[in-house]
Amino acid sequence: MQPTTQTPSTAVAPGWTPRIVAFFCNWCTYTAADLAGVSRLKYAANARVIRVMCSGRIDPQFILEALSRGADGVLIGGCHPNDCHYVEGNYKMLRRFELLQRMLKDMGIEEQRVRLEWISAAEGEKVKTVMNEMVEQLKQLGPLSLPQKWEQWDQEMTGLAHAAAAQAPVACACAH
Amino acid sequence: MAKPKVAFYWCASCGGCEETVVDLAEDILGVVEKLDIVLWPVAMDFKYKDIQAMPDQSILATLLNGAIRSTEQEEMAHLMRRKSQYLIAYGSCAHTGGIPALANQFSREQILKFNYEDAPSVVNEQKVRPQAKFEEAGRTPHLPTLWDTVRCLDQVVEVDYYIPGCPPTPNLTKVAVGALLSGQLPPKGSVIAPDQALCTECPRKDSKPATLSISEVKRPATTVLAMDKCFLAQGVMCMGPATRSGCTAQCIGGNMPCTGCFGGTSRVRDQGAKMLSSFCSNIESKEEAGIRQTLAGLPDPVGTFYRYGMAKSILRKRVDAK
Repeated sequence: MQPTTQTPSTAVAPGWTPRIVAFFCNWCTYTAADLAGVSRLKYAANARVIRVMCSGRIDPQFILEALSRGADGVLIGGCHPNDCHYVEGNYKMLRRFELLQRMLKDMGIEEQRVRLEWISAAEGEKVKTVMNEMVEQLKQLGPLSLPQKWEQWDQEMTGLAHAAAAQAPVACACAH
Repeated sequence: MAKPKVAFYWCASCGGCEETVVDLAEDILGVVEKLDIVLWPVAMDFKYKDIQAMPDQSILATLLNGAIRSTEQEEMAHLMRRKSQYLIAYGSCAHTGGIPALANQFSREQILKFNYEDAPSVVNEQKVRPQAKFEEAGRTPHLPTLWDTVRCLDQVVEVDYYIPGCPPTPNLTKVAVGALLSGQLPPKGSVIAPDQALCTECPRKDSKPATLSISEVKRPATTVLAMDKCFLAQGVMCMGPATRSGCTAQCIGGNMPCTGCFGGTSRVRDQGAKMLSSFCSNIESKEEAGIRQTLAGLPDPVGTFYRYGMAKSILRKRVDAK
């Protein structure tokens, strides 16, 4: 039994643009985003940036939580290999990312939705390029809408609960 | 004075939890001495209508095992909730979804199609599927319908306590029954097991190196496992670091790694993600190719990390299953 890889056709609201949660490390990528700002580079304003001390601090739970609360994509920015302020943190992130990507694919989430980039403090331009590129890719994919999907899936349950409440106190209609 | 009443009920489960109650052995006589069992379909003959006729909250506690994945199970969960002062999610399936929740990787249609049409052992030329109701000899029997999504108990009704495990151990069951009888209950919502990782009670913990360095993932079925060395140090996936203790490390005692049936501790939101994080951090390679090569030894990350916890995980379900 192979799961299908089709994405359900969710109606895209007019004017929809992707919402990205970005986890940037304090020493490289966040500083690069700062540089992009003071250099007055213009890029898509779709990301909410969360500064963490190190990309190694990014627990896979954070990424799943962001997606489950309505993010369409998650961008992770860390220092280039060999440049981590804490020596090993970015390697830890890379290893988690490799397996998380496989797991997300198995759970039906497209791999473009979670992206890992090494961006040094000097690469303000790269922040701009990556951000614009990711927004374009997510626009192609459309919304992920996990909270809405769950609401829809839970209707099989609430529907019955409502029916049961309407019949109360005549409990348990099943035939035994 | 009338003895307090207790009920055991099962939903989507294998029957192993019921076995644990029986595994109380002679201690069950002590339980029966102090408690009246009012419902236990696996072992005793009671009718659901007897339960329906009871006043609300007249049962002290219901120990309900199994996940909820059909209309009948949902009805029974609501019924037992209403009739019981305490509803206890008993075992992994009721606690976090358990093995049945692995079905959340597929849609109901995929599951029915495979089981009634495509499975190699099935002969069903007319492609008959179970129907919610049908006519026979002037009667219309009803059958429960299967849900699209498997849920753990607290995703359907309010739960007071959780007894984890696949199955829970007789010891934890005794602790819970004792607490109920003495009235000395932990705060509502507690999991009746220690709130620390299995590694803390693992007999092999001294052989766990401060820094693990995993270059190859070995699988128990194809590896000769040392009897006295930390499984992770042997390159075998062991869920111990991300799993609650309280089982007295029974699988480890049988020379098998932990598969995570007790769920995470209270500090963990998603057991699978946490274990993925811990395991991957300890991979030796620093380069993509090397990391991928190591991870190739883990053919089924979802089935490994969420073997018992899919329903309770953050994603809960394959998002595009249809």
